[in-house]
Amino acid sequence: MRWENYTSLPEAFRNQRVFDGCGISGFINIDGTRVSGEKIIDMLCILKERENGLGAGYAAYGIYPKFKDYYAFHFIFDTDAAKLKVLDYLEKYGNIIQSEPIPTNICGDIDKPPITWRVFFEPMRNKNQNSEANIVQIVMEINANINNAFVMSSGKNMGVFKGNGWSYEIANFYKIKEYKAYMWLGHSRFPTNTPGWWGGAHPFNLLNCSVVHNGEITSYGTNRRFLESFGYKCTLFTDTEVIAYLIDLLCRRHKIPTSIAAIALAPPLFNEIEKFNKKSQIIFKNIRATYRSAMLNGPFSIVVGISDPVPTMMGLSDRKKLRPLVVGISEDENTVYMSSEEASFRRLMITNNNFGLKEIWHPKSGTAVIAKFGKGLIKKGLESPLKMNNLSPMEVV
Amino acid sequence: MQVNKNMIVNEIKEKNYEISLKEIIEIDASPNGEPIEYRDLNNMIHKSVNNNCKKIVLNNVCGQRFIGAALQGDIEIIINGIPGNDLGIFMDGPKIFVNGNCEDQVANTMNHGMIIIDGDGGDVIGLSLRGGTIYIKKDVGYRVGIHMKEYENKIPIIIVGGTTRDFLGEYMAGGIVIVLGLKFLPDGSVVENKQPICGNELGTGIHGGSIFLRTDANLEDKLGVGAKISEYGANEKAKITPFLIEYCKNFNIPIDLVYNKPFQVIKPISKRPFGGTYCSQLI
Amino acid sequence: MTIAHEIISYYKVNINREDCRKCKRCINNCSYGVFSFNGEKIVAESDKCVACQRCVVMCPEKAIHISQNESYLPPHGNYTRKIRNIIWAQSGNGGVLLSATGNDRPIRSIFDDLLLDACQVTNPSIDPLRETIETKIFFGRKPKKLEFIVESDDLNDVSLKTKIDPNFEIDMPIMIGHMSLGSISYNACKAIYQAAGELNIVAGSGEGGLYSDFYEYAPNIITEIASGRFGVDINYLNNAAGLEIKIGQGAKPGHGGHLPGEKVSSLIAQTRMIPKGSDALSPYPHHDIYSIEDLAQLIAALKEATRYKVPVGVKIAAVHNSAPIAVGIVRGGADFLTIDGFRGGTGAAPRIIRDHAGIPIELAIAAVDERLKEENLREGVTLIAGGSIRYSADLIKVIALGADVAMCALPVLIAMGCRVCQQCFRGLCSWGIATQQEYLVKRLDINIAKNRIINLFRSWNEELKEVLGAMGIDSVESLRSNRERLRYIGPNPRIADILGVKHAGE
Repeated sequence: MRWENYTSLPEAFRNQRVFDGCGISGFINIDGTRVSGEKIIDMLCILKERENGLGAGYAAYGIYPKFKDYYAFHFIFDTDAAKLKVLDYLEKYGNIIQSEPIPTNICGDIDKPPITWRVFFEPMRNKNQNSEANIVQIVMEINANINNAFVMSSGKNMGVFKGNGWSYEIANFYKIKEYKAYMWLGHSRFPTNTPGWWGGAHPFNLLNCSVVHNGEITSYGTNRRFLESFGYKCTLFTDTEVIAYLIDLLCRRHKIPTSIAAIALAPPLFNEIEKFNKKSQIIFKNIRATYRSAMLNGPFSIVVGISDPVPTMMGLSDRKKLRPLVVGISEDENTVYMSSEEASFRRLMITNNNFGLKEIWHPKSGTAVIAKFGKGLIKKGLESPLKMNNLSPMEVV
Repeated sequence: MQVNKNMIVNEIKEKNYEISLKEIIEIDASPNGEPIEYRDLNNMIHKSVNNNCKKIVLNNVCGQRFIGAALQGDIEIIINGIPGNDLGIFMDGPKIFVNGNCEDQVANTMNHGMIIIDGDGGDVIGLSLRGGTIYIKKDVGYRVGIHMKEYENKIPIIIVGGTTRDFLGEYMAGGIVIVLGLKFLPDGSVVENKQPICGNELGTGIHGGSIFLRTDANLEDKLGVGAKISEYGANEKAKITPFLIEYCKNFNIPIDLVYNKPFQVIKPISKRPFGGTYCSQLI
Repeated sequence: MTIAHEIISYYKVNINREDCRKCKRCINNCSYGVFSFNGEKIVAESDKCVACQRCVVMCPEKAIHISQNESYLPPHGNYTRKIRNIIWAQSGNGGVLLSATGNDRPIRSIFDDLLLDACQVTNPSIDPLRETIETKIFFGRKPKKLEFIVESDDLNDVSLKTKIDPNFEIDMPIMIGHMSLGSISYNACKAIYQAAGELNIVAGSGEGGLYSDFYEYAPNIITEIASGRFGVDINYLNNAAGLEIKIGQGAKPGHGGHLPGEKVSSLIAQTRMIPKGSDALSPYPHHDIYSIEDLAQLIAALKEATRYKVPVGVKIAAVHNSAPIAVGIVRGGADFLTIDGFRGGTGAAPRIIRDHAGIPIELAIAAVDERLKEENLREGVTLIAGGSIRYSADLIKVIALGADVAMCALPVLIAMGCRVCQQCFRGLCSWGIATQQEYLVKRLDINIAKNRIINLFRSWNEELKEVLGAMGIDSVESLRSNRERLRYIGPNPRIADILGVKHAGE
């Protein structure tokens, strides 16, 4: 565990982008059953070859049922002064329902441990913009302009727990096993050119959307400028940030269905589109034309968790399939698992002899796997973009 | 289906192999429910080999990488569980049998030997494969057979029972890839697989070797740069028959089922597909 | 001209008398009247020579050699030979000196100070030979967002609610710049339009109108509505992939087009509806555009006139206030915007304007891209940058700085045979490109010229893919405005700041 660089990168590294190799994992219980973090820890920690101890994190959905109507901010502060400054700032824009430390385990004597804090918050009504836009503004403001403070997550009834250490260390630090969630994401990191910082670990979160990402976005400059024109500020020195904001823009602000947002992020090649029927050609070409600067280029596998309007987990890999992604579904079809390697599923079988998966498969490149509350696995990631008419979720053809 | 030491012993007795029990060893890759590091596991394998073990059974394998890396000798490794990336990388001789799926980069730059996967394969199988045989029962991923090579009579073979994805045989310089397009039902019977047998960019950049696809689908618009559909004549059939027979025996596939559909062969248009792309002129 | 003011010729024509067969081909070929025969041998008047190389290429014995006249003027670091010649010329004829092609002052090219990134280790490069890299661009106005009508989760049940403005597709991010029929010959125009059709890119028609012979190439032509409104009739408006209002051009910001009378042949007189032999001088401003709202009005008028079927855009020269001007134009309804840098070419322009007015396209496009982004206008409009895009390196860099499409013209002429002798305005082009004289025009073989243009842009596109692949990008859309992939290595770090590009090593 590295007890430094909580809320920012050291000056010398600030102007550089961080390159990562990583491991990602996630699962969702479609009926909303909340389970402990043990499973995600098993799934993630077996991918230890994909991390180098310089960052890991977890996102958990459904962990604050008592406060589910309030925005749950997860903060990291370097100093008490920063914490007070942020709390003051929040008071100006709404009501703090509850403010408390995030419980942590610190083993041994640490000179300057991070201050991990959570606030359940109700923003003031503002007739110029909705409450979500208020929260986004607050998050951007704190991350960009309040020193020694960092917002890890800002969604309702969910939280991100991350830091600079090995996946099992972070799990232990935040007492992940003690939370119960219906959807868990996990990420372990292998940054190559910086010592890592707590804020730079994944998952990246904005409102209810969290992203864990393996790979590197070569279109980062283009994506970032696109987002900046919509008011997002990219301050976190990591390319994954743009994925979270792009999904926020497409799904929340532009109200585009998740499956279509996935097409904007990883569209089919033009020579593929030429083979579609006329109506679909128009739709796909327009998606590519309008959202050309949202397209993610470069190797990537991502798992995305969204909880508004309907809790959804989406897995997506780049259209040249340069990063791995494996998906599995439980025997009762109630839980969908995703990971960088099948070893994650195997690990669950070793831990629990009764654990079995009905099916394991590799989704196609650039094809989203989507699991939704109530509906189950609506996209397996094996479909050609259009032909899925008569498929029940488990049928291949 | 788990294969354990007793089963091997029985098999050996049945077939009257001359091998003593001392030469068989079983290793638990996750003792006490905790998967061990790949370094430790591979160490144990090497130690066993040095102690003249001929058959090594690995149980509860959970993502450990580099199993069989640069291993030489007349050895058989049986894996229960899921081996991690780079299974059999640089391997030169041994046989590996996997009872289930495997991760990516199987047989990476392998020189000689045999790998049998009783399940799905991952991406980038047989990268720069130099020799040996890879048999996979079900489906595989992207860039399978990429940059396979051959020289004179050293010809590597990859046979896939199910389907493949994009970039099959990318930059192939030699060797043989065969894809059957079959599907195994839970009761063990074998039927035709309705998923497309391959993805796009088939054989892109191929300049040696051949790809056989057991399908009557139109492959023209799937071809990559420098690939063409070639004639599947008697010569070609003779070339692949012995391997198909061996493959079918391994996975209990009726050989007649395999031959009831025609094969299409993908070969390079030329040895030098990019000869015209570059120009050298004094500036 | 009195002896005291005789200007020494720039070039010297050297004839190797041993090899010369006196076949007189040089006399026939030189359109500037350099050669004659005095009964005994070929005589060359070097002060008429413009070094266009026609005689050198056409002499069967390769006996002709053009060199710089070594006769030496007293050297002066400040009053260069060129400045002295300019003063002598102007005191001789009292006029505004004309020139052609683009700025030829040795001002440092910013493109040459930019370096490209490549991927290693942390990211794989992509192989353009074997894997698909896309270079397609959608040309036209895009909506701010898309709205869908979703019947079910099945993508087959999704339809598009948003109304989309007209767009067309081009296969490469390249546009052939506007060169009017008049400034260049009929054969040159035809070769260009045919090449544009085969490559599926667009070419500009220039402001000389579109001759009816060229209507069949309309799907790949952007017609220009300039201040002179030459040839602007219903056919012109309806036979185009897009319409461009020319407010300015990089070679001569603030000026209108200029076609000297020497080049106004009967063909030109017919197409432009002006008397044969008169100068075609376009007015400096559009006389119905005196402010931004007037421009918005003209854009709206053109959209009405074409029934909203094609994109309507604007071209401006890159000047000091390009960024706010660009914002105004986009808000005024332009679907695409072309910025023409100060090195842009022309058939005729006053030398003083060509060489001294305007700003480099590198800075202009970066500033316009940034400003449009700040006002959330960038995504909706297609930005085209030109002046001068010399070869594929410039194409790639200008895209990374913020342009969707790069516009180039002089390379097309050079491909067809132009030697850049800068005499286009005289209408004596011995290569048959920048002339209207029949006997010269027929020297340009349309088919060969067309194929050379196609070769040129095909190799640029392949080079673009090579670079994109090295950067780990598989679509040119992901390079646009991606300044992260550039680094600056020039002498002035301030330029790097303005471009938004980091210095090499950072």
